[in-house]
Amino acid sequence: MMLQYRASLVIWLISHVLDPLVYLVVWTTVSRSSGGSVGGYDAAQFAAYFIVLMLVNHVTYTWIMFEYEYRVRHGSLSFALLRPVHPIHSDLADNISSKIITLPLILAAAGILALIFHPVFQVQPWAAAAFLPALLLAFGVRFLMEWTLALAAFWTTRVSAINQVYFIAALFLSGQMAPLSLLPAPLRLAASILPFRWTTSFPVEILLGRVGWTEALTGLCVQAGWILVCLLLLRLVWRAGVRVYSAVGA
Amino acid sequence: MRYLRLLWTFFRVGVMGEIAYRANFFVQLFESLLELGTAIAGLAVIFSYTSTLGGWTPDQVLALVGVFFLVGGAIRLVIQPSLEQLIESVRDGTLDFTLVKPEDAQLLSSIQRVEIWKLTDVGLGLVVLAVALVRLGSGLGALHAAGFAAALIAGGVIVYSFWMILATSAFWLVRVENILMVFQSMYEAGRWPVSIYPGWLRFALTFIVPVAFAVTVPAQALAGRLTWQVLAGAWLFAAALFTAARLFWRAGLRRYGGASA
Repeated sequence: MMLQYRASLVIWLISHVLDPLVYLVVWTTVSRSSGGSVGGYDAAQFAAYFIVLMLVNHVTYTWIMFEYEYRVRHGSLSFALLRPVHPIHSDLADNISSKIITLPLILAAAGILALIFHPVFQVQPWAAAAFLPALLLAFGVRFLMEWTLALAAFWTTRVSAINQVYFIAALFLSGQMAPLSLLPAPLRLAASILPFRWTTSFPVEILLGRVGWTEALTGLCVQAGWILVCLLLLRLVWRAGVRVYSAVGA
Repeated sequence: MRYLRLLWTFFRVGVMGEIAYRANFFVQLFESLLELGTAIAGLAVIFSYTSTLGGWTPDQVLALVGVFFLVGGAIRLVIQPSLEQLIESVRDGTLDFTLVKPEDAQLLSSIQRVEIWKLTDVGLGLVVLAVALVRLGSGLGALHAAGFAAALIAGGVIVYSFWMILATSAFWLVRVENILMVFQSMYEAGRWPVSIYPGWLRFALTFIVPVAFAVTVPAQALAGRLTWQVLAGAWLFAAALFTAARLFWRAGLRRYGGASA
């Protein structure tokens, strides 16, 4: 269904490649001007970081926070409520299927970026093994968290401001604009206490060998913990939200 | 002069349409402030590791961010909403109403809708620019100011002409909102001096999506690194693109079939 809209695919690709590309260039410039390396990253390692980040982002990102306002305002949620299964199932299926379709595109983009920026990887076998569960758990945390936050649309029609606050927090705290180790200590702490690090940055850190195996194991447990917390919150917020939902415009 | 008066009229209409929804102003202000705060926080992180970025000092990059907000705000204030409406009216045939009016149709189409709350971006851009100028201090003279104004005008004309050409392609392609969105997302890259990008990307940001002329070149004037050649080139490019947009618009109008009715 998506393949008909080739122009939208191009836009999608640009918006997903441009951000990591820009920050990669910025940090590469910084590392060059300060003697080749910044905070333990040289140009090739920045390249590796942002290319892997782009791929991890592709697996974990969701667009549900943009959609819910529309669903509530136009009442299209009413139909989903009539079905015998929780609407999160169809969102999950949507998310996964559209990512499978776009996967070749993002892989090609990653390949081209790798040709241009020459990233350096040294992947330990255990890190490669831990990467996959970390990635899947990161998707779980992010999907459940953003789905829960999207439910804010039940209470207010001005979710764009809420979304913006969330995306700015995510920009800094999930490692989108810089590896978390480069941020000031308070931000780094916030990233680990809040779910942000566990939605994106953590799998990247594992694959690039930036965390030891004990820390990796602890991290996997934290991710699992966040999934449980988010599941619980999701249930509570969903119940309360459905009660206030009154299908505007239906 | 008459054109300015027309713009003022549309502006007043925009104000009248929006003034009833004053809460929107605060939401917009909040969002603009957040975006600005993010940009500055990002700069703070980066400049905690280096003293210059590709030869630009923090204050010079701050001036660049000011220009980025100013130009981006101006685009979102009139150019984008008006041209989106133009695309819409080409599709459904309501462009007829614009064509029968006794003013130039290209002008009317370019200023027909004003999203007044986007003035917050323009205002914040000016504030940031002022702060950066104060911090840059006495190194700036009248020549810099003149160079900045000249570069900003050229950049504005280039961006407008570029959008106009994209929107005019609606006469042939009908659905072109997507192309406009490509520009929107590429514009984000203009937040940084284009000189830091690798050659191919710099070329794309200069000539394919002319963000460089709109943001980097005016900021260069304030950073005291604008050469006469670049400024002359910007003006030439602006003149050429503006003429091209005009010719393309004429060709588009010939192609336009009117309402389906």
